[in-house]
Amino acid sequence: MDRIPILKLGDKLLVTIQVDFHDRVALALQEDLTEKILSAGAKGVLIDISALEMVDSFMGRVLGNIAKASRLLDCETVLVGMQPAIAITITELGIALQGIHTALNAEGGMALLERLIKAKSNRGRTANASKIAGRPPNLQRG
Amino acid sequence: MNQTKIITAASELGRNVLEHGLGGDVHIERVQRQEKIGLRMTFTDSGPGIENVNLALTDGYTSKNGLGLGLTGSKRLMDEFELTSIPGQGTTVSVTKWK
Repeated sequence: MDRIPILKLGDKLLVTIQVDFHDRVALALQEDLTEKILSAGAKGVLIDISALEMVDSFMGRVLGNIAKASRLLDCETVLVGMQPAIAITITELGIALQGIHTALNAEGGMALLERLIKAKSNRGRTANASKIAGRPPNLQRG
Repeated sequence: MNQTKIITAASELGRNVLEHGLGGDVHIERVQRQEKIGLRMTFTDSGPGIENVNLALTDGYTSKNGLGLGLTGSKRLMDEFELTSIPGQGTTVSVTKWK
């Protein structure tokens, strides 16, 4: 069975879908990717679909699930290279792909991942800082 | 653009035939109406059929764990959509796209 290779680039994973993205390949990718996120300690995943000529509701669901599962594993996903005809078709089809980040090309996608990862680590730091410094201000006993 | 919409609809309806209809046939033909030419795809299965066609054509309705967009989505992607189903005998979905 065809499997889609997952490349590691620093703290990010790069997936380029070039083979026919049929059901079994899609499900295998979902599984491989979640495992790879853990084993590589990845903070971001970039999925390049520029070679895809079609995205149907099944593929849309798998891509959405990949993004959701990655987020649960503290990892952001950016989808890049969607062809205009696919964007219009999946919108008409009714796939929202909500919560999935997109960029026009791999370069923009990498930059976006960088920003997302940085923003998250900053947020984490401020949250921790306020937890340490912060005492509940108005905790008065009656 | 039409090509992407047609292959996407074909994928959705073909999946229905496989998953719900337990396999079936697709017939693809070139059709003409006055000056217009178009492509028609007819998906036929002899599966369990659809009890409630109106319900099946509701956005988001799904009998399995799909998104429930196969039928309604294909209807939106194509110009014409016709569904006939007899419970216990099977389902036929015919879709047409005009050029």
